[in-house]
Amino acid sequence: MAAPVSTQTVDLAARFPGAVTAEARPGYAGFIVEKDKLVEVATAIRDEFGFDLLTTVTAVDYLPEDKMEVVYHAYKTTGGPGLVFRVQVPRADPIEVPSLIDVWPGVDLQEREAWDLMGIRFSGHPDLRRILMWEGYEGHPLRKDWQEPFYEEDVKPFKSRWPEGKHVMAEEKNPFRDNVKFLENFDPEKWIPENEEMLYSSLKRYTVQSEDGMSTDRIVINMGPQHPSTHGVFRAALTLEGETIVGLKPVVGYLHRNHEKIGERNTFIQNMPYTDRLDYFNSMSNNLGYAIAVEKLMKIPVAERAEYIRVIMVELSRIQNHFIFIGMLLNDLGAMYTPALYAFEERELILDIFEAVAGSRMMCNYLRFGGVVRDVPEDVMQKIKGLVFERLPAKTDEMDRLLSENEVLVARLKGVHVIDGETAIKYSVTGPVLRAAGVPYDIRRADPYSIYDRFEFDVAMRPNGDLFDNYIIRLDEIRQSLRILQQAVKQIPDGPINSQKPQYQVRVPAGEAYGRIESPKGELGYYVVSNGKPNPWRYHVRAPSFVNITCLEQMCIGTKIADFVALLGVLDIVMGELDR
Amino acid sequence: MYGKGILKGLSVTAKRFWNTYWDDAVWFWRRITKGEKRYFSEEGVKHRSSKNARGIFTVQYPEEQLIIPEEFRYVPFLVYDEGAEGKQEIRCTSCGICAKVCPPQCIWIVRSNDPNTGRPIPAPTEFYIDADICMNCGFCAEYCPFDAIIMDHDFDIASYERNIYNLETLLKPASYYKSIRPTNYATAEAERKAKEAAKAAKAAGAAAPSAPAATP
Repeated sequence: MAAPVSTQTVDLAARFPGAVTAEARPGYAGFIVEKDKLVEVATAIRDEFGFDLLTTVTAVDYLPEDKMEVVYHAYKTTGGPGLVFRVQVPRADPIEVPSLIDVWPGVDLQEREAWDLMGIRFSGHPDLRRILMWEGYEGHPLRKDWQEPFYEEDVKPFKSRWPEGKHVMAEEKNPFRDNVKFLENFDPEKWIPENEEMLYSSLKRYTVQSEDGMSTDRIVINMGPQHPSTHGVFRAALTLEGETIVGLKPVVGYLHRNHEKIGERNTFIQNMPYTDRLDYFNSMSNNLGYAIAVEKLMKIPVAERAEYIRVIMVELSRIQNHFIFIGMLLNDLGAMYTPALYAFEERELILDIFEAVAGSRMMCNYLRFGGVVRDVPEDVMQKIKGLVFERLPAKTDEMDRLLSENEVLVARLKGVHVIDGETAIKYSVTGPVLRAAGVPYDIRRADPYSIYDRFEFDVAMRPNGDLFDNYIIRLDEIRQSLRILQQAVKQIPDGPINSQKPQYQVRVPAGEAYGRIESPKGELGYYVVSNGKPNPWRYHVRAPSFVNITCLEQMCIGTKIADFVALLGVLDIVMGELDR
Repeated sequence: MYGKGILKGLSVTAKRFWNTYWDDAVWFWRRITKGEKRYFSEEGVKHRSSKNARGIFTVQYPEEQLIIPEEFRYVPFLVYDEGAEGKQEIRCTSCGICAKVCPPQCIWIVRSNDPNTGRPIPAPTEFYIDADICMNCGFCAEYCPFDAIIMDHDFDIASYERNIYNLETLLKPASYYKSIRPTNYATAEAERKAKEAAKAAKAAGAAAPSAPAATP
């Protein structure tokens, strides 16, 4: 079990005089690194200072100061607080920042995302293509001077809505087919899908060789975006030799809706219901991550009772997520419907509780800055107690009995290697997949947030990193969550449920904050920058599903295509959060 | 023994299968003695969504429906109090907080001014909600200072047209509010009465000659 290590203060500026300066802006922390020294400093951060897990790479557009900033958050897998370092570059194209892909390969997709949405070129990145938008697309949508086709105003609330009420429907202003900006000289009718060519050529680095004197053709198969096993509109371009996977590129962005741009137009509180729509299985966890980030910025305490309610809701959410995970994994493997429907039964009971306290089964919108929106009524509390003391422990054991020893399942899962711990850390993998690979890294223990330091529970860990461990660790985590819940419902005090007065527009002082939680799928982080105005200046979501697929190719090379379905299943991706 | 795990798993499904029919027999007896039905009845649905449910679990929508909890929220409506001779006293004062806090900005309100004094009239001239854009977050109802906009329970609103609700379709009486959200209604009424009592006490205090002047 990873106990938080007391970290001596990291003084990068003393280690690299001239190349690193300590952050001086109020509300900011960390270090500013000179662009040319970035790779050298990053290597030292990893090797000398021991920050082996780089979780977040994102960019911020400081338009008034005319500069762009790339922000990195690094953590230690042994626990403790993180290290923020950043690179500042002038805001004139081409904006170039050295890629850190050789130091932490896990930055791959995140750097591509920053290029796509912010227009920062990462020199040295081997495959810097757009990832969420398509290549006929003009501009970089997260830049502050970029405007969407249905643009009304920079920030909400829009002035037309009140008191004149002069609202014009978006589709009237901007008829269908006329709402897309294309690049100059771009004709959609004559479009040759260049991106596809680039995609396939990036797979072609595996040269065709004939072994044993027999020439074999490698073929490229597109699995998805419409494939029942990909959990949504996820596409994987696979190179196959026979049935063995020799190359893979994930293609995402089909469900992209520029969540972050919407978030920057919104006021702080308006973002809360939007976070529900990220990982739509766990809206409670999504709410918690965002609330923690903004509470850090506002420097406000959370009401005691509300902390307990938050933990109860988030852990219930984790249990139902893992039940669904098991059901859906078995669905993918061909055990059609019986395990899935058994899982859904328990999920329904948990969603009933969410509906009774929050008003909605899936889009909970339950947390507010400083607490929760409404108290848990006594009868619902009794229901929760009935579930966590009686029903769910019994049903977890039943699920265990139903599946864990099943010879067909064991033969299918045991020994199919997913990833080893070292590679997983390099590729920024977090969550159950990392813990199933023998790394006991759980943010609830490693860098405790909310009140998790008050509960007794173990970090679930399995050593082998194969498919079976990835399955069984979910059952372990359900049992640990139940332990937390049993303590929480016993200890929950009476009292107010919010430390703040309800207000529809909160005051958030200028600064930055990174709030992260252990969501059921991995590290869910919210990077929020405020400039003191009612709307966030930058709002970035570090989605576990998105970062976890960075190592998909590493996981899949050498396995059979039939196992790809299971491999994708254990990653537990949700497209709402992956594409944002 | 090879195959033991499969048999163990099959025993779980067999048990569920057995429980379904065993419970049917138990409920048959309850039907004779107490008149309670397992299917197509409120007590049956309640049982199937409780921790004691076993065997068959499904609720056969639309013949059966899950029991909607009070806090359930769907597209909001506007409350009016029934005055004398059926006059609709709209609670909304068109202050615009709901329009400002609405995350997808689907509420728009026309407020008009008194032609004589030039000051705003505390009632909406027009009030629209685009129900197709509404994300049912409940912020409007949560932050309304007058309890004038309430989240509805009516979720069967699918239609072929765009659902843009105007003042006429949005208004529902306070009695309806009371019927769908009894506890919320009671708390809101109690708060309102307490506020009015405080105001009356303050006014009485201000009227008394010895009391200090009320702060504006």
